[in-house]
Amino acid sequence: MVWVNQVIQGILTGGLYALFACGLSLMFGVMKVVNLAHGDLAIVGGYVAVGVITVTHVPVLWSFVIVVPLMAVLGYVLQRTVIQAALDRSVLTTLLVTFGLSVVIENALLEFFTAGSHSLGTGNAIITSSFSIGSQISIAYLGLLIFAVAVVVLTGLQYFLSRSRYGRMIRAVADDKEAAQLSGIDYRHVFGIAAAIAFGTVALAGIAYGMTSQFAPSTGTDTILLFAFAAVVIGGLGSLWGTLLGGVILGVAQAIGAQINGSDELLAGYIVFLVVLVVRPQGLIARGGQA
Amino acid sequence: MSGAQGEASTPILEVRDLTVHHGQLRALDRISLRVLPGEVYAIIGANGAGKSTLLRTIAGLHHPTEGSIRYDGQDVTRIRPERRATSGIAMVPEGRRLFGSLTVQENLQIGATYARKGPWTIDRVYELFSWMRDRRAQRTEQLSGGEQQAVAIGRALVANPRVLLLDELSLGLAPVVVQRIYGMMPQILASGLTVLLVEQDVSQALRVASHLQCLLEGRTTLEGRPSDVTAAEVEAAYFGLRSAPAEETEP
Repeated sequence: MVWVNQVIQGILTGGLYALFACGLSLMFGVMKVVNLAHGDLAIVGGYVAVGVITVTHVPVLWSFVIVVPLMAVLGYVLQRTVIQAALDRSVLTTLLVTFGLSVVIENALLEFFTAGSHSLGTGNAIITSSFSIGSQISIAYLGLLIFAVAVVVLTGLQYFLSRSRYGRMIRAVADDKEAAQLSGIDYRHVFGIAAAIAFGTVALAGIAYGMTSQFAPSTGTDTILLFAFAAVVIGGLGSLWGTLLGGVILGVAQAIGAQINGSDELLAGYIVFLVVLVVRPQGLIARGGQA
Repeated sequence: MSGAQGEASTPILEVRDLTVHHGQLRALDRISLRVLPGEVYAIIGANGAGKSTLLRTIAGLHHPTEGSIRYDGQDVTRIRPERRATSGIAMVPEGRRLFGSLTVQENLQIGATYARKGPWTIDRVYELFSWMRDRRAQRTEQLSGGEQQAVAIGRALVANPRVLLLDELSLGLAPVVVQRIYGMMPQILASGLTVLLVEQDVSQALRVASHLQCLLEGRTTLEGRPSDVTAAEVEAAYFGLRSAPAEETEP
């Protein structure tokens, strides 16, 4: 039963990882940007939530209503200015620029919030309580909630991309941005929208993370970015369901590793990551045609 | 409004002294052309003559070093490609350039995203290419070359352009397929379009063109109505044969 419990915990954590990863996957899929600042942006989302809650006294669970749009706007603006300027030069420049952004963000957070760790919503009943099935399985309401949010977000994003007018434009631009221009589409605007979605989802993930764990300015690159990359690689680039699967596999591997030996948690996750990279480098669910 | 004799002297598209460089290479050297409404203006020339560069520059995908492009009386030389597209210049690019992961229908929908008002709709394209409706849910990467070319033409048409730029429709297609596609031209022109096409296949270009211009290494070597030029002149201009005058044995 202990193992069943660990697998359940792993699956629930995997939802959070998928939420971290989907924006990373989207930005790479659409504009070929490997956003090394992605993890830091999640933490920015967490800190913005801390600030918003302090100022407006909005309930923790509803802070996303303010934080997500703010981060989406930031995403659009950053994409249309700094990241687009880098893209116009070269792919390598883009990598250096997002790395630079990561450094800038981390140091700015250190400056404003110090190196001490923060968290969100300790003391809130929904956030801290859990229920039990039998004697060994204990499920936190928060974990279940975050997993549900991740599934809803990924489903919504999938639906948006496959059915909506802007989703279609995003896919067209990802295929061939020059051909899209010939159809009157300003790909820079479409890139901006994709970045807004990526920043919005990662901010949501950052808030969720802040409710489950302590975070500090360095958490973004130390933990989140790596987990997001691992989830994307395991699941397969460009596939949102693959991202969810990748997140869940990573979460389960970590949970089982932790059960075997407390210090093997991260190791187990990365072993699965490496095995997938060797055996199936395109990821478990490769996007048809684009792989 | 298109093809009206009264407006025949007002070009819908006018290129003046266009020079384009690819790095150090001078791809186009002071090219000028005037396309009148309703015309089918064909630019022929061998590989590397600068034909595609000319078309891509008119569409806004290359920046000229010198010269100007006027469309509908306005200077569009510095205007972004997507703005030119929405103002009525559509292009079927070389190699078709469909959105491979999108379906046939979605490709057409993208073409219609910022469409101008006009006769072309997705339904009308399905009528023009009768096979297309049944296969609208297929991804375009699963289509044959000729079918892809048809979708690419449809994607440009649904934008209801005033000027249609066709870049090497025949490229990589079987002759019978090329014939069929050029055979569609009268139906396409009937909607009042002006066409500027670039073609390596001279016989196809001559079949549909009302005006001919031949490029060689970025310069114009021949210009005129197809009825006014001889096959020998075209050949000489196309290949750059200096001995052309010696062959003028006609009376």
